[in-house]
Amino acid sequence: MATKVKLEQDETFSRGKLIRVRFFRNKLAVFGLFGLAMLFFLAFVAPHLDKFKWDQLDFDNMLSPPSLSNGHWFGTSQIGGDTFALTMRGLQKSLIIGLLVAFFSTGLAAIVGASAGYLAGRTDRALMWVIDLLLVLPSFLLIAVLSPLYRGKTWLVFVVLLAAFGWMITARIVRGISMSLRERDFVRAAIYMGVPTRLIIFRHILPNISSLLIIDATLNVGGAILSETGLSYLGFGVQPPDVSLGSLIAEGTNDAMAYPWLFLFAGMILILTVLCVSFIGDGLRDAFDPGATGGQAK
Amino acid sequence: MTLSHTDALIQIRDLSVTFPSESGSVEAVRNVSLDIRAGEVLGIVGESGSGKSVTSLATIGLLPDSARVSGEVLYNGKNLLKLTDEEMSQYRGSDIAMIFQDPLSALNPVQTIGHQIAEALLIHQNISKSAADKKVVELLDVVGIPKPQERARSYPHEFSGGMRQRVMIALAIANEPKVLLADEPTTALDVTVQAQVLDALKHARDITGAAIVLVTHDMGVVAGLADRIAIMYAGKIVEQGPVNEVFAQPAMPYTIGLLHSIPRVDAKAGSRLASIPGSPASPVDLPQGCAFAPRCPAAQDICLSANPPLVQIVSSPDHAAACARVDQIQGLVASNKLFEEGPAHSPTKNESAVNVLELKDLKKTFPLMKGAIMRRRIGSVFAVDGVSLTLKQGQSLALVGESGCGKTTTLIEILNLVAPESGSITVLGKNAATISKKERLALRKDLQIVFQDPFASLDARLPIGEAICEPLKTFGYSKTDQRARLSELLLLVGLNPMHANRFPSEFSGGQRQRIAIARALALNPKLLVLDEPVSALDVSVRAGVLNLLAELQEKLSLSYLFVSHDLAVVQHIADQVAVMYLGSIVETGPVAEVFKDPQHPYTQALLSAVPIPDPIIERGRSRIVLQGEIPSPANPPSGCRFHNRCQIRMILPKDQQDRCSTERPVMKKSTHGEVACHFPIGAK
Repeated sequence: MATKVKLEQDETFSRGKLIRVRFFRNKLAVFGLFGLAMLFFLAFVAPHLDKFKWDQLDFDNMLSPPSLSNGHWFGTSQIGGDTFALTMRGLQKSLIIGLLVAFFSTGLAAIVGASAGYLAGRTDRALMWVIDLLLVLPSFLLIAVLSPLYRGKTWLVFVVLLAAFGWMITARIVRGISMSLRERDFVRAAIYMGVPTRLIIFRHILPNISSLLIIDATLNVGGAILSETGLSYLGFGVQPPDVSLGSLIAEGTNDAMAYPWLFLFAGMILILTVLCVSFIGDGLRDAFDPGATGGQAK
Repeated sequence: MTLSHTDALIQIRDLSVTFPSESGSVEAVRNVSLDIRAGEVLGIVGESGSGKSVTSLATIGLLPDSARVSGEVLYNGKNLLKLTDEEMSQYRGSDIAMIFQDPLSALNPVQTIGHQIAEALLIHQNISKSAADKKVVELLDVVGIPKPQERARSYPHEFSGGMRQRVMIALAIANEPKVLLADEPTTALDVTVQAQVLDALKHARDITGAAIVLVTHDMGVVAGLADRIAIMYAGKIVEQGPVNEVFAQPAMPYTIGLLHSIPRVDAKAGSRLASIPGSPASPVDLPQGCAFAPRCPAAQDICLSANPPLVQIVSSPDHAAACARVDQIQGLVASNKLFEEGPAHSPTKNESAVNVLELKDLKKTFPLMKGAIMRRRIGSVFAVDGVSLTLKQGQSLALVGESGCGKTTTLIEILNLVAPESGSITVLGKNAATISKKERLALRKDLQIVFQDPFASLDARLPIGEAICEPLKTFGYSKTDQRARLSELLLLVGLNPMHANRFPSEFSGGQRQRIAIARALALNPKLLVLDEPVSALDVSVRAGVLNLLAELQEKLSLSYLFVSHDLAVVQHIADQVAVMYLGSIVETGPVAEVFKDPQHPYTQALLSAVPIPDPIIERGRSRIVLQGEIPSPANPPSGCRFHNRCQIRMILPKDQQDRCSTERPVMKKSTHGEVACHFPIGAK
């Protein structure tokens, strides 16, 4: 009997809403999200409350250990810069670089990999050719060659460069999984229903690879923050006296034994950032995966 | 124990097996007591997860280490469960041998089969290498492998599925065991090959005199082979007794339901299938009372409170059932009205109806390529080789054949809706070769598919509500319309609309297939393509889905193109049947007539190979066992594709035999349809 039963407005959720509900059920994930929000708040608001600016040098207190009395809670650097202000300044950049690079490189990997794997044939060969080419190109060398072009421009160019050279391996993995997914019955069912290719990739292929993509993105956040340091040596992007978390850590490690505060706080903030992102990633992964216990109603 | 016999070879007493799992311990086997008697065939029947395989694995000591086992398995007065793995090895393969379901993974791919059988002989017997080799040839001959001398030097991949299973049987009987455990020995095989393998198994039994434990879900196989059967449900034996008695007078509601829910190839017109409500009990959270009580129409309070023990039935000494109401139930059986029955199947006779699907001489070949760098075509696989079909509106046409005959390729060709390699596809009056992209999309609305495996056909990461709405979304329905249609569809297929937010993993196989059907029906299609829609489901939920399909066809005047290898299911659901062999159709006609009086020798052999779940009928009929297996479609035989396996050709005079092997028969009118045979059966 096909009697119509009127559903209440909220009874049928779309997948997006269901994933949100499942995500917020996960305490650690919510904690991670809160933590990341706090880090953003700290990075962008706290410097305004602090009495020292990041580029302000306090010649009375050079290499001072953390102390409440002189107002340098995190201590000072060799030339009297306030470590707290520097760390926050670095955090501003590193947060944005880390998250944006992870987002773009994983996103690019997902779209290129899934398209190559799903469409197969000529598209696959062309995309694979590009991926292989990028893989064999020495990316650091290329960036070094290109660096004069970007000198003096915004450090956001970094994000583009880091993302552009970091997606290929993931894309190859995604392609492999997509190739096996396209043979599955639910994808064939969607094709026979007349669902357009673009929607099949976004609705069926990518959600089924989401666990891998989320892990990849999570790892990329930490990776991007650190490899940004490496690129700084090549003389562009975040340049001294400006700082990033990576450059703070790199400089601070030289005197790690004698003046641990120089890198310890930056290091701990980095760990905290990566930890929060991991929690969020775990929560998202469980929210996407119906088999995971994390997102189920208790 | 009430059923204890003096001639018991193996006595299983109070066997319980539990597996730890994330969601709690899985009680795979619960207090099973069973006797395996010398020289008998004991059938253990149950659905997936009923504990039938675990029972047999426990007997031979092959359970994983994580299993917690209690109880006793007594053989010659020794408890096999107490033995170490090394001590058990003395019995395994010599006294108790096992035949596995999948012979491909049970045989070592890098050793010749002769070597593997000889290995089994040399371990348990003190004989020379050359004597062992001689014995190997004898064994291969016993199980019916042609040219055993040569074949002993072949590797497993050089054998077909049926031949591999024969090798497994040879391996199992090598040391003349007292007990042969066969775990779903024919499930992975086609019916005609299944008949061959069961024959080989019977022959092996006659020669060695071993007791056989036949673990299966197929009531038909049990009816033909077993002397006694034990029916398992949720890890417990719920009924046990001589095969004739259990089939004739089942005492446990589960058995009754099962017997009435299995479609039979010899069913009369107007027969109905009883459907058991619900889905098989999960072995994780078993109820306190009878595990079947939640699905049992005769359940009362007493069934919910206490787990009934297996007790002897007063009227017969060897027949036992585990049901609290066994006395009343046996009275109910006579009326056959314990379970709700689906609609009677009445073939529709609608001659004036329009054609929804027309295939004319459809062909599809796949290239055979060779070489890694210079790829060149070395031949073709003739997957579909000239198929012509007509399906009228409101009717269901079944495409029947064994695996590899090209039925799935035919389906895919139809669903692709593009110009075929050769021939024509016309769906609802539109030729697939000439329609525009827009028309093709519009046509998809009327043509939908239900796949075989509901676990693969639903996206595990999409809530079922969204999966069902996907076709609606594609064709631009508004959000409110989608929602209304969703609840309508869920009710139509017998699911709760409140469950739309759940993921497929929260549903059982039968429920998932209902979801897949709901999705296919979303756009009110005219033609539904069903690719083996029940073969992946548990026996007890098949009838429910079949009844649903029959009901929907009547209500929505759908046309079904039904693809199946299961002739009993076809008999129940289809009006017209087309039998396919090696890429082409050999016989068509109305199901009832074709099945009663097949014209093509292949149809006849296929029908005779299907086991009927009734021991008296099954044992009383003569069976045509075909020679060999389906040839490769890359290299089809000349003339009639079937000529080298044909049972009719063998008795023909020489000149007529030559006609079969040289001239390919075309479809021509037969008594009740069309047949492609030079010498159809009815014509003689």
